Amino acid sequence: MATEAAHGGEDGGLVFHPMDQFIVKPLFGGDGVHWYTITNATLWMALTVLAIVALMVLGTSGRNRIPSRMQSVAEMAYGFIYKMVEDVAGKDAIRYFPYIFTLFMFIVTANLLGLVPTAFTVTSHFAATILLALAVFLSVTILGFVLHGGQFLGLFWVSSAPLAVRPLLALIEVISYFVRPVSHSIRLAGNMMAGHAVIKVFAGFAAIAAVSPISIIAIAGMYGLELLVAFIQAYVFTILTCVYLKDALHPAH
Amino acid sequence: MATETHEAAGHAADAAAAAPGMPQLDFSTWGNQIFWLIVTLVVIYLVLSRVALPRVGSVLADRAGAIANDIAAAEDLKQKAKEAEAAYDKALADARTEAANIVAATKAEIQADLAEATVRADAEISAKVAEGEKAIAEIRAGALEAAETVAKDTAAEIVAAFGFTAAPDAIDSAVTEKLKG
Repeated sequence: MATEAAHGGEDGGLVFHPMDQFIVKPLFGGDGVHWYTITNATLWMALTVLAIVALMVLGTSGRNRIPSRMQSVAEMAYGFIYKMVEDVAGKDAIRYFPYIFTLFMFIVTANLLGLVPTAFTVTSHFAATILLALAVFLSVTILGFVLHGGQFLGLFWVSSAPLAVRPLLALIEVISYFVRPVSHSIRLAGNMMAGHAVIKVFAGFAAIAAVSPISIIAIAGMYGLELLVAFIQAYVFTILTCVYLKDALHPAH
Repeated sequence: MATETHEAAGHAADAAAAAPGMPQLDFSTWGNQIFWLIVTLVVIYLVLSRVALPRVGSVLADRAGAIANDIAAAEDLKQKAKEAEAAYDKALADARTEAANIVAATKAEIQADLAEATVRADAEISAKVAEGEKAIAEIRAGALEAAETVAKDTAAEIVAAFGFTAAPDAIDSAVTEKLKG
């Protein structure tokens, strides 16, 4: 958390600004952050786009039957998500594959780019993850009603349970359904934020000579863990999207 | 919660000053983030769905097709190799049989020749043996006769030497009697 010792650092005191890395600020000066302002968040979103274009478009430009390294990474990502959509959401969900692949590529690339030192992590902000989660929630819900009409509500009516407990189960199901976007978004942003903040805290301890080796080893260890988390959170977000999509396509229990 | 006035937030001082500890909960930046995130996602979606995904999909399909073709071709070649092996084995077996036949035929021929030659040689040998025996018998007969003549002559001479005269016939018959003796 922020401390009063804002101008510290040169005094040799312990100064922690673990949350400063998440501050959204205009890149080119100006007063305040308007909706159109180019901020550090905007910059890292743009870099995310560029990284995805470099991997998925430039990397595959050879269209080689024997893939280059970049092309194999692109193909692995494609195959990984394609199989996930097919296995989790079913064959008829393949037509939504480009949307899910967009989500996955954005999250995993933003997560990984966020691990570049001094980077801004787009996915550590609730604004971003809530938008992503709400987009999934709304589109899946609308899709369910469009495809199945009122029958989509059968998702909440557990027909295999005894009649007496069904209303209660329906209530629980409805609550859990509406909690989905909350957990979906907070899980991602929370994970990204926590890891980055912990690395910053360890970095603050590095100012003390006695503990700085431990601190640096801890940073290295946390960094490795964060690489794992960056991928796993993108994976979790995507696979949950597939699960929700499956509910929309096949609402019957 | 403490407000932050450090230089990192300097430019965004107005916004940050009002912000609580977590910049994530500084709602003044949400509109900005949401706007640019929508732009980002739309761009990524367009690039992926228009360019990247069809390309990767076609490359993967092409590769899968090539692999399937290659496997089919390999299967075909394997079948052909098997056939060739079978043909080779058959030719080898045929050649062996033929060779065995030839060997047997040759052996029989040689056997026949040999038998014939043996028979001929046997006949020749027996002819020679008979001839030889005949010659021996002749010689033997000749020798007996010669011995008798010599004995008679000798006896006549001996009789003469003792000063006797005898009729040659008597001496001859006496010698013949003795030789039969």
